[in-house]
Amino acid sequence: MHLLVCGGSGCHASANGDIAKALNEALQLSGLNDEIQVVTTGCFGFCEKGPIVKVLPDNTFYVEVQPEDAEIIVQEHIIKGRKVEKLLYKDPEKDEKISDSAKMDFYKKQIRIALRNCGVINPENIDEYIAREGYQALGKVLGELGDQKTIETMKQSGLRGRGGGGFPTGLKWQFANTNQSDEKYVVCNADEGDPGAFMDRSILEGDPHSVIEAMTINGYAIGANLGLVYIRAEYPLAIKRLKKALEQAKEYGLLGKDVMGSGFDFDIQLRYGAGAFVCGEETALIHSMEGQRGEPTVKPPYPAESGFRGKPTNVNNVETFANIPVIINKGADWFAKIGNKKSTGTKVFALAGKVNNVGLIEVPMGTTLREVIFDIGGGIKDGKKFKAVQTGGPSGGCLTEKHLDTPIDYDNLIEAGSMMGSGGMIVMDEDDCMVSVAKFYLDFTVEESCGKCTPCRVGNKRLYEILHKITEGKGEPEDLDKLRNLSSVIKETSLCGLGQTSPNPVVSTMENFWEEYEQHVKEKKCAAGSCKNLMSYHIIEENCVGCTACARKCPVNCISGEKKQVHKIDQELCIKCGNCMDVCKFNAVEII
Amino acid sequence: MAKIKSLDDLKKMQSDLQSKINIREQGENPESHVQIKVAMATCGIASGAKEIMDFLINATGKRNLDVVVTQTGCMGYCHSEPTIEVNRPGEDPVIYGDVDVKKADEILEKHVKRGELVDGIIPVTHKTIDETK
Ligand SMILES: Cc1cc2nc3c(=O)[nH]c(=O)nc-3n(C[C@H](O)[C@H](O)[C@H](O)COP(=O)(O)O)c2cc1C
Repeated sequence: MHLLVCGGSGCHASANGDIAKALNEALQLSGLNDEIQVVTTGCFGFCEKGPIVKVLPDNTFYVEVQPEDAEIIVQEHIIKGRKVEKLLYKDPEKDEKISDSAKMDFYKKQIRIALRNCGVINPENIDEYIAREGYQALGKVLGELGDQKTIETMKQSGLRGRGGGGFPTGLKWQFANTNQSDEKYVVCNADEGDPGAFMDRSILEGDPHSVIEAMTINGYAIGANLGLVYIRAEYPLAIKRLKKALEQAKEYGLLGKDVMGSGFDFDIQLRYGAGAFVCGEETALIHSMEGQRGEPTVKPPYPAESGFRGKPTNVNNVETFANIPVIINKGADWFAKIGNKKSTGTKVFALAGKVNNVGLIEVPMGTTLREVIFDIGGGIKDGKKFKAVQTGGPSGGCLTEKHLDTPIDYDNLIEAGSMMGSGGMIVMDEDDCMVSVAKFYLDFTVEESCGKCTPCRVGNKRLYEILHKITEGKGEPEDLDKLRNLSSVIKETSLCGLGQTSPNPVVSTMENFWEEYEQHVKEKKCAAGSCKNLMSYHIIEENCVGCTACARKCPVNCISGEKKQVHKIDQELCIKCGNCMDVCKFNAVEII
Repeated sequence: MAKIKSLDDLKKMQSDLQSKINIREQGENPESHVQIKVAMATCGIASGAKEIMDFLINATGKRNLDVVVTQTGCMGYCHSEPTIEVNRPGEDPVIYGDVDVKKADEILEKHVKRGELVDGIIPVTHKTIDETK
């Protein structure tokens, strides 16, 4: 028998260690400590009811357990075999107690569809994929459905592009199907350029066959015989596994000439990108594959009409593809029931930043930001205060406290001033300065702008310079107007999605954190304590004992003072590294 | 390998493969062995999964344990890499996080040999497609 105690740093971190200790003590008293083991675990993702103790093998799930409860768990449950009623979870709707955790997977807020095989199968062994229904969707499409019914299924499922734009996938396939041509192409966008995002890489590394199968289905549905995966060269493991998977699929007759004896030919080749963000934009991506400069062109014509080599081309994202075999196997209705009406299915996010459980997660559309950050993410690190969450990468924005209960879907996020993007989700706490965050993203866009159109090339650079000026403490009130005006000009006049969205981080932080901008400009203060020029370190005379620790640690020798005398920091020389504050044992250094 | 020619071929192959897996997982076969999966995506490898995989392969060999060690992709638990999953026949799979050589050794000695769980389990926090109605 085992007692699992949640040791996640999320919920009530401090109590957990005490619970394990108390359980061990209670077991010892009853002489059961050899037979029953107390084991600490990571977060159960149910922090609102934590701390949690789970009893194995009967799966009893106790919630809100306190160290004082150890005694009764041992006495009642373990010795007498009776469940401890008062610690069971009570279903708020039915008003009944649930004792078996197998019956309460409602607290499991994630559903893994696109990630269904990641971390489950060996990606280098096609048999493991086949053992989990692999390639049966393709078999069904080739044998039963045909192109029209396949496209119809995609439409009914409500699947929208996971690469950021959220365009309905079925509709896109239909366009490519209807446009007549001697040659057509399928392209998988594996460029994944958002800083911090790694959803697509994980899928390709963990389940390459799902993408191969889906691309082949896509080829059959639109009438293409060649698929291309545009993947960044800095994903060597994904490339290696994808290549291996392609070989195995060919060997089995699931790819290549006469796929599964159907008479349909389909091949997949890899094209390597050099890691430019703009090459994730579909027209730039296609130009890059043609050997031209990776610059976008005006749409229309859309790739479905004139794409690779001027032929009808369907471009979809890796995660979009990974959903497709499941939709065919389980049916459009099954898929459409998950999520929201207008955003069906799930979305994979790379949850990062100041949350306890950073990781790769997949949640149904319509899950709230609060559930993601506080339940799955286990809350903010070190007990700090939540400040903002950034979604949509350089094209997205920062959402705040007031958006926490917004269900995540394509439309809600846009309405709130951000966007779904490809799935980066960065959580920020009280120590993050929003002007600096905006500056970080602008720095990225300036670097990644291809330079083709002026608003993006010059405008973003100017935006960056103004933000920099503000963080340096040289901002003037007019700068805030300039930021606003320039942002709207860039958004309206840029050629591609990069420029059209690049001011979003500025616009959304100005909208949601206006006081912070004002404070930087008018009071020359950065409350988060992150803009070095807007803060200074001072020694509190009453607390300083003259131990000289700070002076010895100062890398620029700007602290003076005799032993046992109050020290002083020379503000002219100080580089604000914070060493003095770190070493002082007497709390005698403060930031003003 | 003969080429797969139809959906029926595939389904047959699936059920053959599936029953092999079942025999292993349910332990009906006296020769059934423990399976350990190591999450070997870029992120896992960067935090030391390769070393753990090598250790497990070596140690299970030396100690004569009937264990198959395989690689898999990302399990999603970036906060606790490297991660491994232990499957003992007839029992639910158990995932461990923050596995170093010492922890891997403890897992072999206690969990694999004696079925005793050890600290560092990562609870499953998601539903699979088959659990989703
Ligand atoms: C600047 C920019 C970068 C983009 N980067 C990516 C990317 O890295 N991956 C991706 O799938 N889509 C990216 N897109 C979106 C693609 O242009 C395209 O919409 C997408 O690949 C279509 O696939 P989907 O419908 O399956 O999402 C980017 C768009 C823009 C404007």
